[in-house]
Amino acid sequence: MEILISLIKIVIVLFVLLTSVAYIVLLERRVAAAIQNRIGPNRVGWQGLLQPLADVVKLVMKEDIVPRQANKFIHDLAPIISIGVALATFAVIPFGNRIALFGHDIKLQIADVNIGILYILALTSLGVYGVTLSGWSSNSKYSLLGGMRSSAQMISYELAMGLSLIGVIMIAGSLRLDTIVEAQVAWRWNILLQPIGFITFVVSSFAETNRLPFDLPEAEPELVGGYHTEYSGLKFGLFFLAEYANMVTASAIITTVYLGGWQVPFVHSLGLSDVSVSIIQVLGFCFKVGMLIMFFIIIRWTLPRFRYDQLMNIGWKVMLPLAIANLLATGLVILLKWV
Amino acid sequence: MLETYIPIGIMIFFGVTFGVVMSKASEWFGPKNPTETKLSTYESGMEPVRSAHERVSVKYYMVAMLFIIFDIEVVFLYPWAVNFRQLGTFGLVEMVIFIAILMLGYLYLWKKGALRWD
Repeated sequence: MEILISLIKIVIVLFVLLTSVAYIVLLERRVAAAIQNRIGPNRVGWQGLLQPLADVVKLVMKEDIVPRQANKFIHDLAPIISIGVALATFAVIPFGNRIALFGHDIKLQIADVNIGILYILALTSLGVYGVTLSGWSSNSKYSLLGGMRSSAQMISYELAMGLSLIGVIMIAGSLRLDTIVEAQVAWRWNILLQPIGFITFVVSSFAETNRLPFDLPEAEPELVGGYHTEYSGLKFGLFFLAEYANMVTASAIITTVYLGGWQVPFVHSLGLSDVSVSIIQVLGFCFKVGMLIMFFIIIRWTLPRFRYDQLMNIGWKVMLPLAIANLLATGLVILLKWV
Repeated sequence: MLETYIPIGIMIFFGVTFGVVMSKASEWFGPKNPTETKLSTYESGMEPVRSAHERVSVKYYMVAMLFIIFDIEVVFLYPWAVNFRQLGTFGLVEMVIFIAILMLGYLYLWKKGALRWD
């Protein structure tokens, strides 16, 4: 029974995740068009709502080209690692409180593990392999440079990412994501308690997901397409999907850790039934994630790209000391019993 | 205890299966007419020169080594952070000493120019 319930949860989460990823691509194209004073895709279906479907069909009908000099096996493996890791990270995110349905008390989280944060950090590290291996196996100079750049960038910002999470762990006293969310009841959101940690974490998330202003691995003017230059058809589509899935996951992690997760203020004072409170909380979670995704998209189309040496400088000389200072300051504040 | 990891296993299995099916799909449905030019590596329209698997800048290896050094410290900080409230003042002083030693190494790296990228 337990297994059946988790299976249903997994299928629903994967369906929602993949559908939302497809529509975030459309949203991004429409927002980009609006920012650049264009119209954007609006022909396929009403307001272009069937565009993602058309894109998938087009990608399926394309020829799958593997360059002769490439390492075939690793070339095939890399996109699978990317998408597998991007989807699996979502397993530990609590997207709602408990809900009582059909006589079952269901926890709205796929896997309630006690090392939630470590699992997230481990999987984001695995994501580096997909990008690096694709760059190496293509045996193209552009791909290789993109892969090397992205591995150096991702591991540099992972330090700041890991260090900024430590402040939150000290406040909550646990690595469980549901405990961290429960500690942020009412307005005690971690963004208010950990403003510096929040900033370093968000900046590192941008670098980890290879989004502009940190999209050096695929900087078109210098590297053509970066690590996926030699990919075509749905294999290219998988990298594309993985990038957007990573964006959704990063937004969900930021929401969970800093923006109170599924906590919706004042919802308990409305006097609603338990089930409707749970549903409102899930919707509140989705709303926060949606706002963050919008933030990701607007940043991408309004800021220029960093130079590579600037990127490394920010990572090592600004983010790392800032995160360590934040950690020590948090320790002092907790000892003085201000939190 | 371990059964909480079963859903994670299923999730990873689903993710990988999705990846395999999708990447095979264009092999099954797409056209196949490879030509000599199409299969050559892309190099801005020029004839590809040599292989890409040659020596790369040592800076990337430097970053990788620095990452390993600092990431071990980060992993060491996690159990400390979870138990911070029980450890109290003693825990904070211990960690200040630990981070001070770490920062000495960091300053040395900075002065040596290991973090400079040009």
